[in-house]
Amino acid sequence: MKFAYYPGCVAKGGAPELYKSVNACLGPLGIEVEELHGAACTGAGVLTERNPELADTLNARTFAMAERLGLPILTICSTCTGTMYASHERLKDDAYRARINEHLADEGLEYRGTTEIYHLMWILVEKIGLDKVRSLVKRPLNGLRIAPFYGCYIVRPSRLVDPEHQKRDTYLEQIIAHLGADAVDYSGKTKCCGFPITTMNRRNALKLTGRNIAEAKDQGADLMVTPCPLCHLNLDGQQIDAARVIGRSLDVPILHLPQLLGLAFGLSPEELGLRHHIVTPRTVLQKFLAGAAV
Amino acid sequence: MKVTLRVKRYDPERDRSPRWQEYTVEVEDYATVLDALIKVREEIDESLALRCSCRSHICGSCAMRINQKGGLACKTKLAEVAGDGGTVVVEPAGNLPVVKDLVVDLVPFFDKVRAVDPYLQPAGPPPEREYIASNEDMENVKGAMACILCGACVSDCTVLEVDPDFLGPAALAKAWRFVADPRDAADEERLGALSERNGIWDCTHCFMCVEVCPKDVKPMERILDLRRRAMEAGFKNNNGSRHSDAFVETIRESGRLDETKVAIRSTSGLGELLSWSGVGLRSFLHGKVPLSHKPIPGAEHVRKIFDKLETKAGEAQ
Ligand code: SF4
Ligand code: SF4
Ligand code: FES
Repeated sequence: MKFAYYPGCVAKGGAPELYKSVNACLGPLGIEVEELHGAACTGAGVLTERNPELADTLNARTFAMAERLGLPILTICSTCTGTMYASHERLKDDAYRARINEHLADEGLEYRGTTEIYHLMWILVEKIGLDKVRSLVKRPLNGLRIAPFYGCYIVRPSRLVDPEHQKRDTYLEQIIAHLGADAVDYSGKTKCCGFPITTMNRRNALKLTGRNIAEAKDQGADLMVTPCPLCHLNLDGQQIDAARVIGRSLDVPILHLPQLLGLAFGLSPEELGLRHHIVTPRTVLQKFLAGAAV
Repeated sequence: MKVTLRVKRYDPERDRSPRWQEYTVEVEDYATVLDALIKVREEIDESLALRCSCRSHICGSCAMRINQKGGLACKTKLAEVAGDGGTVVVEPAGNLPVVKDLVVDLVPFFDKVRAVDPYLQPAGPPPEREYIASNEDMENVKGAMACILCGACVSDCTVLEVDPDFLGPAALAKAWRFVADPRDAADEERLGALSERNGIWDCTHCFMCVEVCPKDVKPMERILDLRRRAMEAGFKNNNGSRHSDAFVETIRESGRLDETKVAIRSTSGLGELLSWSGVGLRSFLHGKVPLSHKPIPGAEHVRKIFDKLETKAGEAQ
């Protein structure tokens, strides 16, 4: 299975552990990739709200690069995925796509409208299959209680990101169960991490962050897992500040989806970049994964 | 078809806290959640409080949370949310005070709608006959005029959960409806007021309101459009605009987002920047702050696209 790999800006910036852990999991999962080094930022919705045509042009440029390779796109970020999907939808209009293609002509690129986009989370369920994922588990995560946290863009608007009603907003729970752990149910799982308003209204952003983590913790979560590095920036990177704002201790480690996979596949903490976490998962993992040397 | 309604009940005058009560009823396959609730009230428990009027998704009275999601009880088919023998969880709308059971107090909701001056403010002497707007313009505002003020969006808005002062999706969609109306002449005042705290820049872009609105008003899209219009009208002395400018600038420069630069440029000044020093330092110590920000290969092509399209947008203003 081969994909045109679009890691996004954060995996190559503030969340290096995401990039590392994806690389470490590709082999075991049997995924081959060709990274789209020349692809630009999706605009993460910010560009779209300002200038939709510009955002769609940058995304069409990425789609054209993948199309030229004849490969579907692999994403590892909820926000990249949702933003690409929105552009992808608008670019289905032939006349609009022709106009956007005029902006790409200088570079010799053209998007014909055939590129497909898959987040790693979708690939695990829809392309690889959960039974196969289970068969790769070397260190079952038995006893761990894990709270899923999706990130807005990968679950809403559902008619855009789940057009075939595959219940993509239950995939994390399914993956958690197939790795041997228990999924924690709580209402915050599809809510907002607060990241988008972090510079506009930090207090509200941190309250959102804190509230979601607190709810997961109160439902018994040992750790949380997210397919979105922007959520991770708030849930992990700003958890200490969030705890202060909501006035209670949190201390819930947040793993990226491929880190969770990697742990179950028996990969080492170094390969998964666990040292980059602000809230260290060490204690929790030592407790549950005897012999994991984390 | 047999369904069980698991209803959150609460009478602030008598109960110390909300409680759950289950009712099982036999209904037609095509029945809605509202049909079943009315049946419960008529045949099983007359003390169950709910509000409805039109029963055909017009009046906006029956918004509530059905299986954790805001929506109209009269528009939601039981077959879709429960199925034969299934259970459906029914709660009052969120983010509004409960009067009793499924009835919430809409006063705070309408206060916010009123706060955006939801009426046309044309300039100059009135025309002899009516104010004329082009068909195209009215097509544009029609989507937001479809709002039936039901409050489903407010029920599920994530920001309202942590900040009751946020104007919220319904009021902001209403504000957009007048800003986008060519007959209204108060755009400047409106956009200025909306750029203040609790306004357009406090929305987290979570799509919750878009997801639940029974009339496809897409409040979030309206809010994003208000941001664009406010920036174009020059209301830029706020972190939202600074963030937007910085974000766009770093992509123009290198093809990819430079989080550190965006964070620094988005703040209002040194004091605010210092409040970030803890996060910055912790991230740095964990190897999360890239020491250099490399442009993508072919960044010059991205810059050309920006030059062409950002200028075009500028000219259009
Ligand atoms: S998109 Fe904005 S207005 Fe809509 S529900 Fe989310 S935070 Fe509220
Ligand atoms: S925008 Fe939609 S959900 Fe919100 S009040 Fe209007 S009709 Fe109801
Ligand atoms: S009863 Fe009027 S909208 Fe439901």
